[in-house]
Amino acid sequence: MTVSIRIPTPLRPYTDGQSSVSVQATTVGGALASLTTAHPDLSRHLRNDDGKLRSFVNVYLGEEDIRFLNAEDTALTDGAELTIVPSIAGGAA
Amino acid sequence: MLRIDREQLERLHSHAAEGYPHEVVGILAGERCSQTVHHVQPLINERADSPANRYKVSGLALMRAEQALEDEGHEVVGYYHSHPDHPAQYSDYDREHALPNMSYLIASVGDGGVVHTQSWRLVEDRSSMQEEAIQIES
Repeated sequence: MTVSIRIPTPLRPYTDGQSSVSVQATTVGGALASLTTAHPDLSRHLRNDDGKLRSFVNVYLGEEDIRFLNAEDTALTDGAELTIVPSIAGGAA
Repeated sequence: MLRIDREQLERLHSHAAEGYPHEVVGILAGERCSQTVHHVQPLINERADSPANRYKVSGLALMRAEQALEDEGHEVVGYYHSHPDHPAQYSDYDREHALPNMSYLIASVGDGGVVHTQSWRLVEDRSSMQEEAIQIES
């Protein structure tokens, strides 16, 4: 099924400037995998060396944070809308 | 190079001084193509557990703040935060959490106010951050 993924401004240089990318997938993890297969330079900014989503990368299905659903196993229906929402964090050592 | 209006840099420094000894955080807004900051937007540091050396703004709070700025015609150029009693050098923790293609301005602040300000950008392989010059516009 076709789902859309909304891309935040700092990551758009890796999606040829597109603010939204359509992929074929049945789960959130599958959608993100399709996205990074099509746009490989995005991968290092979304996932750490262990392949897990970085702590500042939040993914929403509609208005719900996937952490409160079934994480990357969350099932998608046709026309689902995913949004990548970065948080910001840091601080002196 | 990051360009910033003098008045906005002074607002940012005031925010850092008022927040001392805690870290403050905010958005650098303006024009992305020219890397110019015309507005600084203070945000709330959510790290109440360790405010002297950590900051965080959650995704939804950040998204709402950025949307409000974009509705006013601004673009997000980057973010700023303070390092109380610590140099304006980025930390590993800063680097690990940095977004690409954004400026990260750090203000070193003591009890007498801001002593130094530097701006950094994440390099493409995420291994370090590179300093960028700051040009103050009158």
